Amino acid sequence: MTDGWLASGPLFGLPLPDLWFGLVFFIFGTFLFLDGFDFGAGLLFATRADEQEREQFLAAIGPFWDGNEVWLVVFGGALFAAFPAVYANLFSRHYLLMFAILGALIVRGLAPEMYEQRHDDRWQRWWGRAFVVGSIAAPFFLGMFTANWLVGATTTITLPAVVVGLTVVALTVVDGVAFLRLKTRGDVRADLRTAGYQSLVAYLVLVVVTLGYVYVGVPALRAQLLSPLVVALVAATLLFAVVYAAATRFDRYYVAFAAAAGLVYTLVSLVASLMYPQVDPAVALTVETAIVSTIPLNIMSIGAALLLPLVFVYFIVLYSAFSGPIEAGESY
Amino acid sequence: MLDPVTASRLQFAVTTIVHIIFPVMSMGLAPFLIYFTWKDIRSGEPIYEQLRRFWTKIFAISFVVGTVTGIVLEFEFGTNFAVFSTAAGELFGGPLAFEGMMAFMLEATFLGIFVFGRERVGNALYMISAVAVGIGTWLSAVWILIANSWMQTPRGYELVTQNGQQVVRLTEPMAAYLNPRFLWMFVHMQNAAVESVALVMAGLGAYFVFRHYVWGYPIEQVDFWERTLKIALVVLLITAPLQVVQGDLYARHVYETQPQKFAAMEAIWETDSYVPEYLIAFPTSVEDLLDPRAKDIFGIGIPGGASWLASGGNPEATIRGLEEFEGPQPPVALVFWSFRIMVALGFWFILLAVWGGYRWWRGELLEDDLLHKALMASTPLGILAVHLGWIVTEVGRQPWIIQGVMKTSEGVSTTLSSAEATASLAGFAFVYSLLLVLYVYVIVRIVRDGPPAVSDLTHADRQEPSPSEVGVDD
Ligand code: HDD
Ligand code: HEM
Ligand code: HEM
Repeated sequence: MTDGWLASGPLFGLPLPDLWFGLVFFIFGTFLFLDGFDFGAGLLFATRADEQEREQFLAAIGPFWDGNEVWLVVFGGALFAAFPAVYANLFSRHYLLMFAILGALIVRGLAPEMYEQRHDDRWQRWWGRAFVVGSIAAPFFLGMFTANWLVGATTTITLPAVVVGLTVVALTVVDGVAFLRLKTRGDVRADLRTAGYQSLVAYLVLVVVTLGYVYVGVPALRAQLLSPLVVALVAATLLFAVVYAAATRFDRYYVAFAAAAGLVYTLVSLVASLMYPQVDPAVALTVETAIVSTIPLNIMSIGAALLLPLVFVYFIVLYSAFSGPIEAGESY
Repeated sequence: MLDPVTASRLQFAVTTIVHIIFPVMSMGLAPFLIYFTWKDIRSGEPIYEQLRRFWTKIFAISFVVGTVTGIVLEFEFGTNFAVFSTAAGELFGGPLAFEGMMAFMLEATFLGIFVFGRERVGNALYMISAVAVGIGTWLSAVWILIANSWMQTPRGYELVTQNGQQVVRLTEPMAAYLNPRFLWMFVHMQNAAVESVALVMAGLGAYFVFRHYVWGYPIEQVDFWERTLKIALVVLLITAPLQVVQGDLYARHVYETQPQKFAAMEAIWETDSYVPEYLIAFPTSVEDLLDPRAKDIFGIGIPGGASWLASGGNPEATIRGLEEFEGPQPPVALVFWSFRIMVALGFWFILLAVWGGYRWWRGELLEDDLLHKALMASTPLGILAVHLGWIVTEVGRQPWIIQGVMKTSEGVSTTLSSAEATASLAGFAFVYSLLLVLYVYVIVRIVRDGPPAVSDLTHADRQEPSPSEVGVDD
């Protein structure tokens, strides 16, 4: 067959298994950054009583959340395509947790749509609550899932899982504040500043607790924790936190938003570098043993190299069409 | 408490059967929306803006519910069918990843502009968004159907042992992706989606036309509904015959590639020639009902019909019956009846299209109240036919999860406990039913509110929005 060149080895001799390991986490990080501000907006929704402000929050995320959530679908697809055994083992091991995540995402996705369907109080109160609960539960469970994945837990409810769950929730609020300050004006915009500081502090404290726990409780990871890369990532977290706080203080909205992105990608890189070269520590699958065979690996690499740049173009088109604060009349 | 295999199968069945409703709506609406948007921009006639805005609302809610129900499906392969996912990952993971990167990304981003952005973008970008969303929905069908059709007619692979488990290794990607079933399935599915949406439109149009012209209620926007009905009839006249003709050829292909499924579709027990096409068939005793390989059934059929269908025109052809296949059989009654009813519906839709077309041609479309009633009653029947067709496809494939390669019972996650599997099944049955109810509720409200009034429309000779209208960053 003509497929000979596809079968003869990794394209251009690239270290494709490692690149896919990186790509899977990059996709996960992009999901966490983009959908993270939707989740954060959901939690902050609970802090506003004024009907108009609430509508503004919904309108702010309206055109984006669906595209943001697709990164999770692509994360699943990429993991399945590159490391099928990990996809199968990891998801079936954390069976109920997976469905908890999906359940939370269903509620979060549906609630704004429903909220706008009717304008009576009871209806909106309940769908408003559903929106808040879904927006908090989804990142919390995602954090649990990530922690269990990293430490190779075989049970679902573990201490690191709960701590990392809270860490991710705090991070989504940091992210959500930065996003909503881009999209709102006036009082709301000023008020959100406090929430930004609070969530940032909470996030940093929780990160320290997590790292402390890993150091004490997971001897297998202790050496990794002191590696130069991990130390550099922790330092980067502090740097981004300072930038975020300063940008929030001086109303540099885009800088704060970029710093939030930095925090998210740094956290995900931290997880990835602690895990590498394993991809599913619980069953000792490594990048080398879990990777698919050469032909599908090469096809997927060509596909991703062609398609992901296009995806970035779509996102740029979308975000620039809806740039700037929400207008008064704009509703969900 | 159900065993993990049964619970997983039921859960997959419940979740896909609900999910498929929404993609059918969005894939079927896509060509209509592209047309409405084009006409709206080019002609500026108010009716097209009404059509576009009204059906975009329905598209948007279908898309949202399709997204939330679809994500669960993708993850279910890993959670419930872990052994299958490990074994078939090389073939299955790729298409799902491509679906995400190529289709869902395109759809979900441009949908934001298409639904929320009419006032924010110019005509050209708006039109591009409509087309991108439409292409996105159809591309997602391409990839998911590549995955599914490969399970029906696997090609381009070899079996190897890895970590003590038999796994499928992809050797010829083109042969695997473009397996023999794929194109049949894609054409049949996409045409079914357009046909189903045409039936929904025709049914709703008929309802308002009927209330206005037959019952004499004043319906403000009756022109809108009349136009909806007519557009739907035109599309039905094209898609309904195509579905039946293509489906007939498709059945022949199924006989060639999956003879056991075909035998179940036709309830043929013994290998024979001159096999009748049963219109109805019942086992004659209780044991026969329980034993799917029983021979004694009572049936009324068209002599030579099934032989004719399988061979492409020869009523005397020999057909292999279920008795030839070792081991478990698919549940024949379910497959047989699902196939029967799908085919019957296929012919009924042709009748509806021709009847409506004839009345329209005679200028009596608005008066024929029996036709209106028939169209109203058929509103959900296209989607029902899609369900039945999928039941034929998936249940008829049993006991195989990958035809001839892996059994369904071997594909289920080994770590799954009965308690977990039963709990999640109960949870999803509940949540998905609720989603369906909410979806119908929202659709009913949208329909009740009707299209936007002509006085609310943006102007026909719309200009590019000026910066002061769009609102610039402060
Ligand atoms: C509007 C819906 C609709 C209508 C009217 C029909 N079908 Fe269909 N049919 C479907 C919608 C559908 C589907 C979209 O649900 C399926 C499931 C898988 C597929 O490819 O299409 C299907 C499957 C399906 C299969 C099983 C294929 C497999 O196992 O892979 C066959 C043999 C047919 N159809 C044949 C027919 C015939 C002979 C019809 C009419 C005379 C017909 N269909 C009408
Ligand atoms: C959306 C339309 C679909 C419907 C309504 C549908 C319906 C069903 C049903 C009823 C079953 C249960 C069969 C049984 O166990 O007896 C099933 C099983 C299954 N289907 Fe589908 N299906 C659809 C599409 C797909 C697609 C596109 C794929 C693959 C990409 C797929 C993969 C599977 C798998 C893996 C199982 C479980 C194993 C099995 O029972 O064979 N299905 N589906
Ligand atoms: C049983 C296997 C299936 C799986 C695993 C699956 C997976 C998914 C996922 C993950 C989504 C959400 C994507 C997003 O976030 O935008 C989705 C939506 C969608 N699916 Fe499925 N799906 C299945 C069956 C089908 C079938 C059989 C079709 C059509 C032939 C289909 C067509 C679509 C379309 C068009 C969408 C976009 C949302 C919508 O329009 O409602 N799916 N699906």
